[in-house]
Amino acid sequence: MEDNMDGMTDSSDYVEMWIDLFLGRKGSEYFCDIDPDYITDRFNLINLQKTVPKFTQVIQYIVDELDETVLESMSHSRLEQLENDARKLYGLIHARYIITIKGLQKMLQKYRDADFGRCPRVFCNSQPLLPVGLHDVPGIDSVRLYCPACEDLYNPKSSRHSTIDGAYFGTSFPGMFLQAFPEIVPRHPTKTYVPKIFGFELHKQAQLARWQELQRLKLQKSLEAKNVDFSKNGGYK
Amino acid sequence: MSEYIADRNDDDSSEDSGSYEEWIPSFCARFGHEYYCQIPSEFLEDDFNMTALALEVPLYRQALDLILDLEAVSDDEAEHGENGQPEVSRSLVEHAAEQLYGLAHARYVLTRPGLQALAEKFDRRAFGTCPRYHCGGMQLLPCGLSDTLGRQPVRLYCACCGDLYVPAQARHAQLDGCFWGTSLPGVFLQHFPELGEYVGKRPVQSYSLRVFGFGVNERAVSGARMAWLRQRPSTEEEWEEYAKCEYEMPTEVS
Repeated sequence: MEDNMDGMTDSSDYVEMWIDLFLGRKGSEYFCDIDPDYITDRFNLINLQKTVPKFTQVIQYIVDELDETVLESMSHSRLEQLENDARKLYGLIHARYIITIKGLQKMLQKYRDADFGRCPRVFCNSQPLLPVGLHDVPGIDSVRLYCPACEDLYNPKSSRHSTIDGAYFGTSFPGMFLQAFPEIVPRHPTKTYVPKIFGFELHKQAQLARWQELQRLKLQKSLEAKNVDFSKNGGYK
Repeated sequence: MSEYIADRNDDDSSEDSGSYEEWIPSFCARFGHEYYCQIPSEFLEDDFNMTALALEVPLYRQALDLILDLEAVSDDEAEHGENGQPEVSRSLVEHAAEQLYGLAHARYVLTRPGLQALAEKFDRRAFGTCPRYHCGGMQLLPCGLSDTLGRQPVRLYCACCGDLYVPAQARHAQLDGCFWGTSLPGVFLQHFPELGEYVGKRPVQSYSLRVFGFGVNERAVSGARMAWLRQRPSTEEEWEEYAKCEYEMPTEVS
């Protein structure tokens, strides 16, 4: 692990990069690493200045360019504050970064490794999930997970993930992701569950399932009239 | 009948061998067995309830006696046992007892007291809550997809979205589904109609992909294809259509 840490060779004593430390923390599994170049480009940070106090210092702290003497002169509570601000700012930059070409590529790798978990729905067959926020403003709601197979939202399984702010991923991420990589859109499962008693379906639930199936067939018919191919990605299994 | 009385080897596995441990409570208290209800011994003692289980579980008698704590309690008695049974058979009986308890459990939870016990666990969220965001933490019910031993692991049914989920904890994901049975959610819903009423009153919410606030076109590969899964009839037209689905699928799709 220590051997392949680039960018720290210039410092004499052993220092780990803040970003790597942050990503290595338990609970940070959903985040990808952002290029320091992206963070230091002021254009990418437009409108983020007011989100944290001492903005420039926090940016320097994230990319490890803050002077040692400044850090040493800080009180314990100030350091803690700085760390929290850095995490928040990293999250907000993260939401922007993951919808760039490079960020999407990094998230694709994480998606392939199922870093965001798998869909708990039985008929989705362990489909890997994608993180999504329901708000782009921090402090409103935590991150949710989007399943590209059943197109629904799920809560993260682990409590250490359910405290991550949804704004750190943004509302547009899964949409952008699936637009950028249409080949990973799965075929949607059509199987549904109807409760049974000794093999006999419950009438009300069975009726609803029939009606839902009817809605599905209607959708398929109307889309096929518009030349949508249901035997390919995005079609039905 | 006393030949099979095996030595209580599990006494040295349970640390406080001084106090006598009943099998059923200790089985249900084991780590990962949170989904099981305690079956009263009267239920297990009634042969009618256990009809045909002897055909499915090997070492039926021994297993049942182990569950009901009917075997020799003291260690020295076991030492006097005529054919000192090897340890292997002990673990075989233990395994059979677990299977037998599970199969009896699937029957017990469909009885009135069983449903009551289950409802208490349901209220305590012992089976977890629905992972679906729009279900707002609805309690789940365990459910099997097969009534035969060793076919399908246990799944969880959400009465709100009517869907099946995999247990969140890995320790629950491997429990055999037939220990709860395929009929459990159905019987539970019929027995507690207030649950259905409560679910029916909940607002139906769904999610659709948005990019910078704009919806994705339906013709796109990532366009909405699964809205029907969470849909409920809402307009008058849809209710009419729903009525047509009472006994079969309408043949013509308009």
